[in-house]
Amino acid sequence: MIGLAHYLTVAAVLLVLGVLGIFLNRRNIILMLMAIELILLAVNINLVAFSSFLGNLDGQVLAMFVLTVAAAEAAIGLAILVIFFRRRGSIAVDDVNRMRG
Amino acid sequence: MAFNSSDPPPGMIALFAFYLFATVTIASAVAVIFARNPVHSVLWLILAFFNAAGLMLLAGAEFIAMLMVIVYVGAVAVLFLFVVMMLDVDFGSLRSGVTRNLPFGLILALVLLGEIFIAVSAWRAGPALAGAAEQAGPERPNIVALGELLYSRYLFPFELAGLILLVAMVGAIVLTHRSRGEGSRRQKASRQIARRPEDAVRNLNPQSGQGVKL
Repeated sequence: MIGLAHYLTVAAVLLVLGVLGIFLNRRNIILMLMAIELILLAVNINLVAFSSFLGNLDGQVLAMFVLTVAAAEAAIGLAILVIFFRRRGSIAVDDVNRMRG
Repeated sequence: MAFNSSDPPPGMIALFAFYLFATVTIASAVAVIFARNPVHSVLWLILAFFNAAGLMLLAGAEFIAMLMVIVYVGAVAVLFLFVVMMLDVDFGSLRSGVTRNLPFGLILALVLLGEIFIAVSAWRAGPALAGAAEQAGPERPNIVALGELLYSRYLFPFELAGLILLVAMVGAIVLTHRSRGEGSRRQKASRQIARRPEDAVRNLNPQSGQGVKL
């Protein structure tokens, strides 16, 4: 029997992997964005699992909003990445602080 | 098919599918983080999204599962793929800090995981949650129930979500748009609006065989 705890375990492991990914790839913005997508995926799994096991559909509506924000965030983040690469020819996070006036 | 504790157990096939999806999701999430090539990372991310959609399907959220495949795999992952392939980045140099950060990152991840497990094990469903039942059933599919909720109670947040997407789209276009200088022919809205019929159209009545001099 699949329980709520199964889903929560998967989501917790995914979230921790996302945080670990941000820590490990601190110089690569693209991989950091992908790790953020993993974290949001974990949140979505949690919302859907709670919604399903509590018999309340509000969680699935919230999961849709999380999906919206994730898509918008990816689009804006990658756009900023592209113009940053055009200016500096690199996407290393260490170079970003040179943007100060 | 949202199953509660009162429903019959979903059976061996569902259990097998759950463990398959969960294992592949977590394994591909690990591969996303540790892959040497960012293109491989994106492909592993796509696999993770597919399997997470399978997990949501098992939980009875069909619409969200399909939305995951369409939005994440169809749009977000392809966007990542475009950017990774378009930018000529030396990714090898960006991996220099990984081994140095690994011990501290692993310690932090394990601490976070332990904290989550402690927090979740202390959780109980409150009375407010246990009472609310807006179930999708056999006669009322998930997408119908979700749509009714989305267009009644969550109407304004739903429209706000659309507004967020619009702002994100306009922002991404404005950020990345490059004007190509004076050589390109662009739309001049002011001239289009100022254009009047009398400036643009002439009525002529030519003799037959004479033709028109422009």
